[in-house]
Amino acid sequence: MIPDANSLYGPLDPAPDAGWAEAGPRMGFFTDTSVCIGCKACEVACKEWNGVPDAGFDLLGMSYDNTGALTANSWRHVAFIEQPRPAGHRTPPFAGNPTGAPVSADAAAVGAGTGGPSGTVPGVPPGDPDAAARMVTGPTAPTTGNGTVGAPAGANGTAAVGNGTPEAPANAIGAPPAGTAGNGANGSQFLGMPGAQPPGRGTGAEGRADFRWLMMSDVCKHCTHAACLDVCPTGSLFRTEFGTVVVQEDICNGCGYCISACPYGVIDQRKGDGRAWKCTLCYDRLGAGQTPACAQACPTESIQYGPLDELRERAAQRVATLHERGVPEARLYGHDPTDGVGGDGAFFLLLDEPEVYGLPPDPVVTTRDLPKMYKRAGLAALAMVAAAVAAFVGGNS
Amino acid sequence: MSPDRPPVGALFRRFRERLAAGADRAPDDRAAEEDAAGSRAAADRHADRATGSGAGVARSDAGAARAGLAQPPRDVAPTDRRRGGGRRKGGGEQLTVPPAEFTSYYGRPVLKAPVWQWDIAAYLFTGGLAAGSSLLAAGGQLTDRPALRRAGRVTSLAAVGASAVFLVHDLGRPSRFHHMLRVAKLTSPMSVGTWILSAFGPAAGVAAIAEAAPWLPERGVLGVGRRLLPPVGHAAGLVAAATAPALATYTGVLLADTAVPSWHEAYPELPVIFAGSALASGAGVGLIAAPADQAGPARRLAVAGAALELWGAHRVENRLGLLSEPYTTGRAGRLLRAGRALTAAGVAGALVGRRSRVLSVLSGGALLAASVCTRFGIFHGGVASAKDPKYTVVPQRERVERRRSHPEESVS
Repeated sequence: MIPDANSLYGPLDPAPDAGWAEAGPRMGFFTDTSVCIGCKACEVACKEWNGVPDAGFDLLGMSYDNTGALTANSWRHVAFIEQPRPAGHRTPPFAGNPTGAPVSADAAAVGAGTGGPSGTVPGVPPGDPDAAARMVTGPTAPTTGNGTVGAPAGANGTAAVGNGTPEAPANAIGAPPAGTAGNGANGSQFLGMPGAQPPGRGTGAEGRADFRWLMMSDVCKHCTHAACLDVCPTGSLFRTEFGTVVVQEDICNGCGYCISACPYGVIDQRKGDGRAWKCTLCYDRLGAGQTPACAQACPTESIQYGPLDELRERAAQRVATLHERGVPEARLYGHDPTDGVGGDGAFFLLLDEPEVYGLPPDPVVTTRDLPKMYKRAGLAALAMVAAAVAAFVGGNS
Repeated sequence: MSPDRPPVGALFRRFRERLAAGADRAPDDRAAEEDAAGSRAAADRHADRATGSGAGVARSDAGAARAGLAQPPRDVAPTDRRRGGGRRKGGGEQLTVPPAEFTSYYGRPVLKAPVWQWDIAAYLFTGGLAAGSSLLAAGGQLTDRPALRRAGRVTSLAAVGASAVFLVHDLGRPSRFHHMLRVAKLTSPMSVGTWILSAFGPAAGVAAIAEAAPWLPERGVLGVGRRLLPPVGHAAGLVAAATAPALATYTGVLLADTAVPSWHEAYPELPVIFAGSALASGAGVGLIAAPADQAGPARRLAVAGAALELWGAHRVENRLGLLSEPYTTGRAGRLLRAGRALTAAGVAGALVGRRSRVLSVLSGGALLAASVCTRFGIFHGGVASAKDPKYTVVPQRERVERRRSHPEESVS
């Protein structure tokens, strides 16, 4: 079969390109984070169905997310973000009240230094404290919207920044009523976690914080141009008839190339086992005409499974609806077949910039440049030959 | 689940203790102490702040920056970029690194860092050494310099043997190493490399074994071997030399064909660096093993290899903007600087010490050490770039902004 001109980069239907002559429609996930409630049923269902081992039971101390990242032992990961701004479409619950960073920057910075014992390599390594502190101080300015919602939201963000100075430490919600408590300075009472109480209940009006929670169930993106698959030297990773990407555990020899190649940091190596593991989009269930476990378990239909074309249509409608209702920051991620990876089989509706959720803002499949790399290697090899010939022609000076 | 797991909640308890300990002191005191101590890491972090999140940056959070834990407590040792950063200027020109203001999910890395251990970096060296020395051996055999030929062939076999051990040892499932031979895939540089090694290894082996011909008895079955081995070795040596350039340069593609930012963006230079490093290490073997009257080609090879290596390393340390930073700071920076110094010393020694065996051997050793340093430096630079979300997010964010401001251009 002659490979498609877009085999390495550009829009493509991956299953026929991989040799499936009678492939059905490409299947995938649309994860609408605007209705995600962070219940983690998807994480549990995935572990149950696929027999994925535990990923450690420790708390990471950064948010209600203690999974930390997608790893070989966590094929779904619910990201949990707390930021000092109301979601755009709601009436701000404490409009007119003082605002401040709900999670102290201290706590986020300390939390970033915590690694998770997920039983995988590289698993959940510690992060950058400064970047963590920056993230909890506020969302990035809305880029898709120009409406009236964006302006006050931006003002809130600025206010939060102003509050974050050492003189006026950011308040953590749910902190004890003592006025100075609530930042990291009171170590005996502040546990480094966002509080369980509504904002302002314990602190009085002055300490009230306006905030929002972002939740997003992350998963393998099943890229159109899957770098992990392309670089796999054993053929362990393969493209299914549904257009998804699956690791064959009886083939994988744990070379680790896919782990370095993934532009999303999804695939990971399991300790002790040595092999690479990731979401299979429940290949076994798909073959039996069933819905993947996570989508089946999702109580709010945040995770939707279906033919990719249909999902993309539905997603575009959902974004339009949200924009109409005053959520200008709603945007799709990974839906565009012309993006750096040729579009994702699992794409998302996000309420902030992708990097806030731990997603790369503009991933590009590394094999796009592979022909150029080989060309450079060829030139370097020729240079070697030339140097060797030149060195031996001539005397013994 | 491993039996030596820490008890449930241990991590969180540690976190809480650190938080309490870190908060006992007021941020201002901490800052003052830091300045007084003048530790290099702290100074570097302050410097970063001055450029990165200083006044005028809209979303900077002074409180976070100040209170942002002057000494970030970590479960693991701080990453390399924190250490030795103060010596950034020691590496040459001043880098034009944009301010690293970026957002990421609680500061966590976006990418998974390579799981490859030191043995892959070591393989980069031994693979290059095998390639360089087999070229040297082929040159020696074609121009009748037996000392170069013998040393090259033996080194080549030893190095390619070590390479195989390193490569298999690094697998998560070493017993499944032969699964590499199931497929031949052009899109996987590792698969390509497997087949290059499969061609090179046996050829290098036969060529090296042929060097044993003079020790065989002249009569009997072994006597036949004594007569047959030299021509067979000759052919095998040429096959090995023909594959050698591919062996030396494919590793550059191997590293570049990943999402690791500083490796991928360095794709034009990595094969050049590795080609130069392979030539220089091969030349090093020649300088160590060959008498002065045969070592001329090795000296010239050393100059050529060093030139390629130094040019390539200079480019990756200066051309890539922010992504050059991992190559100039921390462990990678130290290794690459050491590599550069050793290369210069090796070439100088080789040229000056034409008549001196001692000086030739020393400069040969310096070239080999330089090759080791360069390979480990490139390796660690890439790993550091994958561990820090800055190197993933900032360049991609810039790309998005560029595209947004110039939608008509197709920005790669």
